[in-house]
Amino acid sequence: MSGIPHDHYEPKSGGEKWLHKRLPIVGLLYDTIMIPTPKNLNWMWIWGIVLTFCLVLQIITGIVLVMHYTPDTNLAFASVEHIMRNVNGGHFIRYLHMNGASLFFIAVYAHIFRSLYYGSYKAPREVTWIIGILIYLLMMGTAFMGYVLPWGQMSFWGATVITGLFGAIPFIGEPIQTWLLGGPAVDNATLTRFFSLHYLFPFIIAGLTMVHIWAFHTTGNNNPTGVEVRRTSKAEAEKDTVPFWPYYVIKDLFALAVIFAVFFAIVGFMPNYLGHPDNYIEANPLATPAHIVPEWYFLPFYAILRAFTSEVWIVQFFSFITGGIIDAKFFGVLAMFGAIAVMALAPWLDTSSVRSARYRPQLKWWFWLLVIDFFALMWLGAMPAEEPYATFSLIASAYWFAYFLVILPLLGVIEKPLPVPATIEEDFEAHKSATGGTKTLPDATPAE
Amino acid sequence: MFKKLTLAGLLGLGLTSGAFAAGGEGHTEDYAFSFEGPFGTWDEAQLQRGLQVYTEICSACHGMQYVPIRTLEQLGYSEEQVIAYAESFPVIDPASNPELVDPDTGDVATLKPTDHFPANNALNAPDLSLMAKARAGFHGPYGLGLNQLFNGMGGAEYIASLLTHYTGDDKTEAGAVLYENTTYGGYFGMAPPLYGDDVVYADGTPATVEQEAKDVAAFLMWAAEPKMMERQQAGFVGVFFLVVLSVLLYLVNKRIWRPIKYGTKA
Amino acid sequence: MSHAEDHDDNRRDFLYYAAAGTAAVATGAAVWPLVHQMNPSADVRALSTIRVDVSGLSEGSQLTVKWLGKPVFIRRRTAEEIEAANGVEMSELIDPLARNANLQDGADATDANRALDETGEWLVQMGVCTHLGCVPIANAGDYALDSGQGGWFCPCHGSHYDTAGRIRKGPAPENLPVPPAEFIDDATILLG
Repeated sequence: MSGIPHDHYEPKSGGEKWLHKRLPIVGLLYDTIMIPTPKNLNWMWIWGIVLTFCLVLQIITGIVLVMHYTPDTNLAFASVEHIMRNVNGGHFIRYLHMNGASLFFIAVYAHIFRSLYYGSYKAPREVTWIIGILIYLLMMGTAFMGYVLPWGQMSFWGATVITGLFGAIPFIGEPIQTWLLGGPAVDNATLTRFFSLHYLFPFIIAGLTMVHIWAFHTTGNNNPTGVEVRRTSKAEAEKDTVPFWPYYVIKDLFALAVIFAVFFAIVGFMPNYLGHPDNYIEANPLATPAHIVPEWYFLPFYAILRAFTSEVWIVQFFSFITGGIIDAKFFGVLAMFGAIAVMALAPWLDTSSVRSARYRPQLKWWFWLLVIDFFALMWLGAMPAEEPYATFSLIASAYWFAYFLVILPLLGVIEKPLPVPATIEEDFEAHKSATGGTKTLPDATPAE
Repeated sequence: MFKKLTLAGLLGLGLTSGAFAAGGEGHTEDYAFSFEGPFGTWDEAQLQRGLQVYTEICSACHGMQYVPIRTLEQLGYSEEQVIAYAESFPVIDPASNPELVDPDTGDVATLKPTDHFPANNALNAPDLSLMAKARAGFHGPYGLGLNQLFNGMGGAEYIASLLTHYTGDDKTEAGAVLYENTTYGGYFGMAPPLYGDDVVYADGTPATVEQEAKDVAAFLMWAAEPKMMERQQAGFVGVFFLVVLSVLLYLVNKRIWRPIKYGTKA
Repeated sequence: MSHAEDHDDNRRDFLYYAAAGTAAVATGAAVWPLVHQMNPSADVRALSTIRVDVSGLSEGSQLTVKWLGKPVFIRRRTAEEIEAANGVEMSELIDPLARNANLQDGADATDANRALDETGEWLVQMGVCTHLGCVPIANAGDYALDSGQGGWFCPCHGSHYDTAGRIRKGPAPENLPVPPAEFIDDATILLG
């Protein structure tokens, strides 16, 4: 499948040949599972598997919850309590699903920042990157709609506020909002359609995940050096790679087990830590909670949404030249979606010839500033919309855009990259002696 | 119709405005509870005392509509005791419990263990089924949630603290009497419910205000999260298993990578 | 092959088996809750035994209660109904077995084996026709007394049950089953 030369599946017995002629599925699985993978991948390359497991976990626990949940404004809250109190093991399954969303987003953010650091988005992996962003957008939609289903106060008011974003679109905003909600406000029609789509989206994500994997199996994995695998001969390729099974399967499973141990500790001992207490109050359209705060994984983009108030000069400027069509509210919405859109454009905004930030001394700093910026935005998103938080939010939002729109294009021109290793093999050998390993392990210590 | 809706809206707003975000100014005292921490357990005697406080005091205004009465057996009561308890429990607000009212005669049914505690909206007091999870004790610092990481979510602490931290000051606003409370961080609508010796505990525990408050807070934590012990147990088994699996997979991983890294036989 | 290498191989194999075994157990432990959650939930299980207050029931009247999602007939029979039921020869019965969950499986379908108490006054049985599951009508059919009292008739396919709930005529193969039941005090029957 990938351009990297490697052994292919050869049907041996009569039965295998019979099937292979009609449906080469074993060959496909073999090529997928035995795909040559750069041998120098570090621990930041585990998140893909973690994400795949999160998707499976959420789909399985979700299907179970649907067996007991009732999507009706009068019964939804009570049916969740039924799951928590009556269904065998229901409380644990529900908490797994609830916290599984958080694990999903932790993993996706780690995955995205890994790609940004090591330049995984750069040619020829643009399609992988774009599909990844699509998956991330679908995840946000799925998580948002899932959060509405328990029909607590935050469910209701979160849905009201977020669908209100669409109402900010000039001219067609209000009809779109009404169409989304199925009425003038969040109500039963909204709940049932969110339920339906919350069930549907994960399967679209699963499909896109396969395309995502297909795409990077076609180009081959990126790796910490950003250097491509040698492809001229099988012998050379084998010096740069190992087959995915068993080397990375076992490594990923180990990482997964560690992460799930932490995850189980959270689910078992503090399942509500990442949630909001107000969602244990049934939705009440007549009373708004004092602070409406989205779930933590939306906070960075929520902060960007709120940062652009009508006092900001750029908002006033756009409002002026568009004759008021782009007002502060709509500008905030554009900024929020724009923050993700600029990420999607990274492959074309980054002008550097070097992929990995490991060999880009200046980008390194700007990258870590972006990570800090991300956490700052997350914190600011949870703060009340008042000074000094509003100003901080604006600065942090500005940096987010500057990183993609200014730093990535400029740095490629002005930065002088460090020498890049010629091959992955070279990096692998250098790295292992650098970490203190001797060339040959003494037989006396097989315990390692 | 619209008049009614508007009225209800105003009433709802008046009663709940600010009630949701008691954080900020309010101070929650960190009472110790037996169920705290990964190895915490329920104090059965305390839960029984708390049930008594709920039954004799809170239930006059507050419903608990998501808690099935049969689950009281978890507090150490026998089947017969639970049946007797259910039969003696009054349905104060039949209008909020239509499933208990005979549609033909209007008679209100006697409660059975398989029924839930009745809802009670007669005075618009919030339902207590999930109150211990719907409140959080320790916010901050600076919205980072670190306090909750170390002290727990603090729902039970908040309830106990709320019940013991009335200042005794009150004021009348728009015809409603509001009472000052330092845990709430301002004035709100619930009159101080506990004065000490409001109940007589069967086990002889002195019924001070603080004791009653802690007992009912513990009981409400159980009411909100009856499966807490099962959950912690499952979490413990899961973590243990995954740690063992992690260690084994770590060793396997080391082993299979050895020939790649060092060129030696596996 | 040296002894040390041999030893090493065994260690490696053991490690692989231990890891695979633990992973298999973990998978099994994850699957079981997914299966178990489909079993009846606590609220449903709580309804598997119910208490029925029969203090308001006079002779010759019947109470239908829902238990396990199905109707149960609780009938306080008159002396005539009991007498009629006792007067039936075992050889006349289509189904000679009592079908009483409170007795052993092979018990005869005598009236004493069908009734709940010593006097035979109380008859508790599932209100589900053993033919195709319709609910029979009380005080009807060929085996009702001349006074119109007693007996059941299933309107779906014409099965006739006598005053002890035994099938006497029609397509139904078995007597109406008697569920697990007992008096826990003078006025209360515990079902299940």
